[in-house]
Amino acid sequence: MAEPPFGLLAELTHRCPLSCGYCSNPVELVRREAELGTARWCEVFDQARALGVLQVHLSGGEPLARGDLPELVEHAAGLGCYVNLVTSGLGLTARRLADLAARGVDHVQLSVQDARPGEADLIAGARAFDHKLAAAGLVRELGLPLTVNAVLHRLNLDRVDGIIALAERMGAQRLELANTQYYGWALRNRAALLPRPDQLARAAEVVAAARERLAGRMELVHVVADYHEAHPKPCMHGWGARQLTVAPDGDVLPCPAAGVIPDLGVENVRDRPLADIWHHSRAFNAFRGFDWMREPCRGCPRKELDFGGCRCQAFQLTGDAANTDPVCSLSPHRAEVDRVLALEPEPAAPVRRGFGR
Amino acid sequence: MSAVDVVPRLRPGVKRSYDEVRRCHVVLFPEGVLVLNETAAAVVGLCDGRNSVRDIAARLAAEFDGVRVADVVELVGRLAERRVVELRG
Ligand SMILES: C[S@@+](CC[C@H](N)C(=O)[O-])C[C@H]1O[C@@H](n2cnc3c(N)ncnc32)[C@H](O)[C@@H]1O
Ligand code: SF4
Ligand code: SF4
Repeated sequence: MAEPPFGLLAELTHRCPLSCGYCSNPVELVRREAELGTARWCEVFDQARALGVLQVHLSGGEPLARGDLPELVEHAAGLGCYVNLVTSGLGLTARRLADLAARGVDHVQLSVQDARPGEADLIAGARAFDHKLAAAGLVRELGLPLTVNAVLHRLNLDRVDGIIALAERMGAQRLELANTQYYGWALRNRAALLPRPDQLARAAEVVAAARERLAGRMELVHVVADYHEAHPKPCMHGWGARQLTVAPDGDVLPCPAAGVIPDLGVENVRDRPLADIWHHSRAFNAFRGFDWMREPCRGCPRKELDFGGCRCQAFQLTGDAANTDPVCSLSPHRAEVDRVLALEPEPAAPVRRGFGR
Repeated sequence: MSAVDVVPRLRPGVKRSYDEVRRCHVVLFPEGVLVLNETAAAVVGLCDGRNSVRDIAARLAAEFDGVRVADVVELVGRLAERRVVELRG
């Protein structure tokens, strides 16, 4: 049997007041009517804890769009789980945050779009920048640990120094500088988001210098742009290995993007207990371990490090999820990634992520 | 200053807990979960910002057989690397 998971990514809703063109949410967003109710989510948390989950990431869409968020926080925390609120910060008031903290939120991850209000709000599709500054202030006042997350792409990469300064000003313990991963809306907008190699090189220098300067004060996590690398990322630390995702409608996925892989046999918490899905479903066993691998991964010593990369990326770029992640220089499909990188940059703005509110 | 005089403390946002499912002590923090053996759990329990590594080793020696200061130094070092504890002089 597989080892039990440590983490649950609970995508409480796909509704969101922002519409970031880089959003990794699926292009087919789950509508409000199809969302799990409060009691069902609490049951999901019960089953997740019994299965071994110790960390619950409340995310979405915008988790604050769920009116029952306080109850959900209280329930997950009451089970002894570490509760991480992953939020855009919109809708966070002093009263709401104090209530959420009292009910057991352990950590807040706040996203920012750019270093300056104008550019940031353009990407977010709403007046968001000032709300985020205020939200960070509230988190700090309550003494909760704060991670700031900024998704990097061609339109903001040249201001990475400003983004670092913003996170400092916000009082973050940790800053995640995550180059865009091309799933969902981000894949659709890839041509407008793909950075130039010179931008990446300069940003890497800025980040390295900042890491030294900020040592002991703010931790800097840099997620590299995998299209530009020679080897893939160790996606999810292996399929069905450490974490599971429950989508707003109760679909249980090995990762938030896995819904794109056809005929995976995705199952729903309304139909089957979570533990059964984790251990016995076709979806979770499809790419577990190493037996499913083909060459060049099968005989490659790096497979223990990167697990052959990302199954969703393999499907999206090669049409077969069991292929080696095509960003790998050893993949026979690497040429497809190089072709994309060689395309003329798209001057048009990215399309907005779908429905809000 | 020597490694045994260092005073470790759990970082803000780090929680100790017991996992009934795995039947072991764990620490929970923003980046993940660390599963602890009995000695490591005892060490983490003493990382309160008052005990030095020397104090922790002495307290442990009273409780467990064969505790060596060097092992505690190494363990605290690893906990600091995983950002579970922060170290003060
Ligand atoms: C999908 S969002 C949902 C929570 C909330 N709306 C927010 O933006 O923080 C979860 C996290 O993923 C990050 N994210 C979104 N799209 C991404 C992408 N294409 N690549 C990498 N990270 C992404 C966001 O910045 C956020 O930290
Ligand atoms: S649109 Fe932006 S704020 Fe909304 S879920 Fe996506 S990344 Fe988060
Ligand atoms: S061949 Fe497979 S295992 Fe080897 S580096 Fe490439 S993706 Fe990783």
